[in-house]
Amino acid sequence: MARVLVGVKRVIDYAVKVRVKPEKNGVVTQGVKHSMNPFDEIAVEEAVKLKEKKLASEIIAVSVGPTQSQEVIRTALAMGADRGVHVEVSAAEYELLQPLHVSKILAKLALDEKADLVILGKQAIDDDANQTAQMTAAVLDWPQGTFCNKVEKTDAGLTIVREIDGGLETIKTKMPAVLSADLRLNTPRYATLPNIMKAKKKPLKKMTPKDLGVDTTPRIEVVSVEDPPVRQAGATVADVDALVAKLKEGGHI
Amino acid sequence: MLRINNFGTRKLIKDVCKQRYYSAAVPKPKTEHETKKEPKRENESFMANIFRGNLVSKQVFPYPDVLTEEQKEITNSLVDPFERFFTEVNDAAKSDANSKTDDSTLKSLWELGGMAIQVPNDYGGLGMNNTQYGRLCQIVGANDLGLGITLGAHQSIGFKGILLYGTQAQKDKYLPKVSTEEVYAAFALTEPSSGSDANSIRCRAVKSADNKYYVLNGSKIWISNGGIAEIMTVFAQTEQIDKKTGEKKDKVTAFIVERSFGGVTSGPPEKKMGIKSSNTAEVYFEDVKIPIENVLGEEGEGFKVAMNILNNGRFGMGATLSGTMKKCIEIATAHANNRVQFGQKLKAYASIQAKLAQMNILQYATESMAFAISQNMDAGSQDYHLEAAISKVYASECAWYVCDEAIQILGGMGFMRDTGLERVMRDLRIFRIFEGTNDILRLFVALSGVQYAGNHLKELQRAFKNPSANLGFIFKEASRRGTDLSAHVVPELMESAKKTAACIDLFGRTTEEVLLKHNKNIIHEQLILNNLADAAIDIYAMVVTQSRSSRASKLNLPTAQHEINLTKALATQASDRVMDNLKKTTSGQQQGQNKLLSVIAQEICNQDGVHTTGPLDQQ
Repeated sequence: MARVLVGVKRVIDYAVKVRVKPEKNGVVTQGVKHSMNPFDEIAVEEAVKLKEKKLASEIIAVSVGPTQSQEVIRTALAMGADRGVHVEVSAAEYELLQPLHVSKILAKLALDEKADLVILGKQAIDDDANQTAQMTAAVLDWPQGTFCNKVEKTDAGLTIVREIDGGLETIKTKMPAVLSADLRLNTPRYATLPNIMKAKKKPLKKMTPKDLGVDTTPRIEVVSVEDPPVRQAGATVADVDALVAKLKEGGHI
Repeated sequence: MLRINNFGTRKLIKDVCKQRYYSAAVPKPKTEHETKKEPKRENESFMANIFRGNLVSKQVFPYPDVLTEEQKEITNSLVDPFERFFTEVNDAAKSDANSKTDDSTLKSLWELGGMAIQVPNDYGGLGMNNTQYGRLCQIVGANDLGLGITLGAHQSIGFKGILLYGTQAQKDKYLPKVSTEEVYAAFALTEPSSGSDANSIRCRAVKSADNKYYVLNGSKIWISNGGIAEIMTVFAQTEQIDKKTGEKKDKVTAFIVERSFGGVTSGPPEKKMGIKSSNTAEVYFEDVKIPIENVLGEEGEGFKVAMNILNNGRFGMGATLSGTMKKCIEIATAHANNRVQFGQKLKAYASIQAKLAQMNILQYATESMAFAISQNMDAGSQDYHLEAAISKVYASECAWYVCDEAIQILGGMGFMRDTGLERVMRDLRIFRIFEGTNDILRLFVALSGVQYAGNHLKELQRAFKNPSANLGFIFKEASRRGTDLSAHVVPELMESAKKTAACIDLFGRTTEEVLLKHNKNIIHEQLILNNLADAAIDIYAMVVTQSRSSRASKLNLPTAQHEINLTKALATQASDRVMDNLKKTTSGQQQGQNKLLSVIAQEICNQDGVHTTGPLDQQ
């Protein structure tokens, strides 16, 4: 029976139209709806499924971020995680927190909590980094199974079907391992209202990166954040000949 | 000055009390007998008291705020997941088209915990109070009123009686079933010959010789969830023996009936104008054996049980519809912000602006009423029936108006099914009809208020018979008039509060005047009663909005100024209407008009419809 660590990140809700702050140093987060990163929901669901199949003994949900990050830990607890760990990083510091920092934190926690499996979302929908799972595996020197489409427990370890360009790849790994969840791994369940209420009573441990001996001092600086360029107005052409002429003129053909 | 005359008030009270209740879904006015039995408790209802020109502000000022921080946090943490169910799992348009919500959707609503919001945790429910329930109702209202009926008929009335009146054994047996075991409940009161007049039901239950069970026969119509419910709260006539006189008399008793008792059948789903996804069916009872322990509440007290269930659930409609209105306004706003005509966006045009503003004013007032009432209920108030009836009438009429205007703003687009407003409009129509028609509720508001004022006048009359002994009472009475709300509102609302206070003063005086003028016959003056009810509704709207926006202002909420503006605009229009309605109750011209309308109606009825000569008809 494995102990599973899942990472859950609080991100701006996928349905929100993201706006750049007037100072151009980031995006507007104040008063904006946030929720759990959708790929992390898939990761939590996979962990809960393992527990339901009696393949996992305990699920620990971890979030690194400001105080509000606890909301997504509660969501994970409502979905079926057993306890939470909140690694608090101030809002200002969080703006520059990088996947490498998070990887180090998760790796240390995985060792401290004696986890056999770390399941993370393949990427967060805010910075789209797609690095944390890979780097966590590297820091731990554990095997990794990224972009999971299917995970099966076998005697020796895990059989994993991965989503790769143009198809699927099946690999086998030993445990402990780090996995990253892709979109089609499962359909996450909805947290029921009674479970949300019960989740409030589940334990949630608070700590800081310092407690884990991880230095989160920023080494980068955000120079400017810009809106995507506005699409320029198109034009209609009279016929195919005109179209071809225009395309030639533009050097496209 | 008070004017007291010596005839009639005493008799009026008696007559009001003797009068058959007008309706279904209307609580029985307290009889003199009952009032005497209880230790004298001051009625804390703001609305009841203004009928006697008295200001009892406790329930409205300051705006109630009864949830603990923890309760607020819990409620807010449920909002997103509940909303998510409606946006990601449920499909209101599809359910409307199919006249049925998919089984899988219903199953996930059960799993979500949405069918037992107010059932205590120990029985598998969410254990929410009325205010928390109201917040979730707003989400239902914004998304799917049809599903809202399935959900509401189940928990707001279906098994509410078990929560309110059930014995421990009844609760233990039934609450887990209706909370987590996917067993639907229904409330069965209405019959073919008994709609608004609920006391006239014909279903009959006869007690067996060994006193161990009742045998129920009869039928019910238009029962929400009637075709799917396994557990029903059913009302039937039973023979009761008056303990004092030994006289045998039919009185209504409430029962918990299981379909599995045998003899319970239901008709096909009714085809309806709106709320199509909810199941509405006839239910038939043929020699249904109901164990005696399934009597709900006291035998013979079923009418009271029915009325209290309905009263208790009525606030939820205001909350639900405030959510519906909010959604309509969002759709209309999105259109006004984007649609360009004559070179400008619609939002630039004054007539569109006025519509949007008016829609928001009504939504704000409806929401303010709903949560004032729910919070008073949660604080333990017993005196919320008038306010609940007012909020039901107000919410259902405002929602209709708001949806209608939203469609108007969208023009042809609003008429199209895909916009989603057309369904809402059809769904909304029933809200002015069921759970006490608005017509009956208006009479209920006015008659209960008038009765309360009449009782008070009677006391005053007694005091005058022996003035020296009752000087204090009389002086208190004489100095009572001259309402002042200024202490309760923020400075910016002084003008609005003044207008409202003037309305309250005139309201008390007018009630007294019509009482003295019409005596017991006030019961038959339905149009005057309607005027009084409309004035009462507007006054309540003014008061709750002033209270709520004052709170917003004191708390420095970012929305405070907007809320103050809504409140001011409402006060101006509502106070004008109040004055107009009150004048009508006593004006000779209006009485003439009322008579004329009656004459016209009689002609129509005598001729079975329109009886005019068409311009092209042969002379």
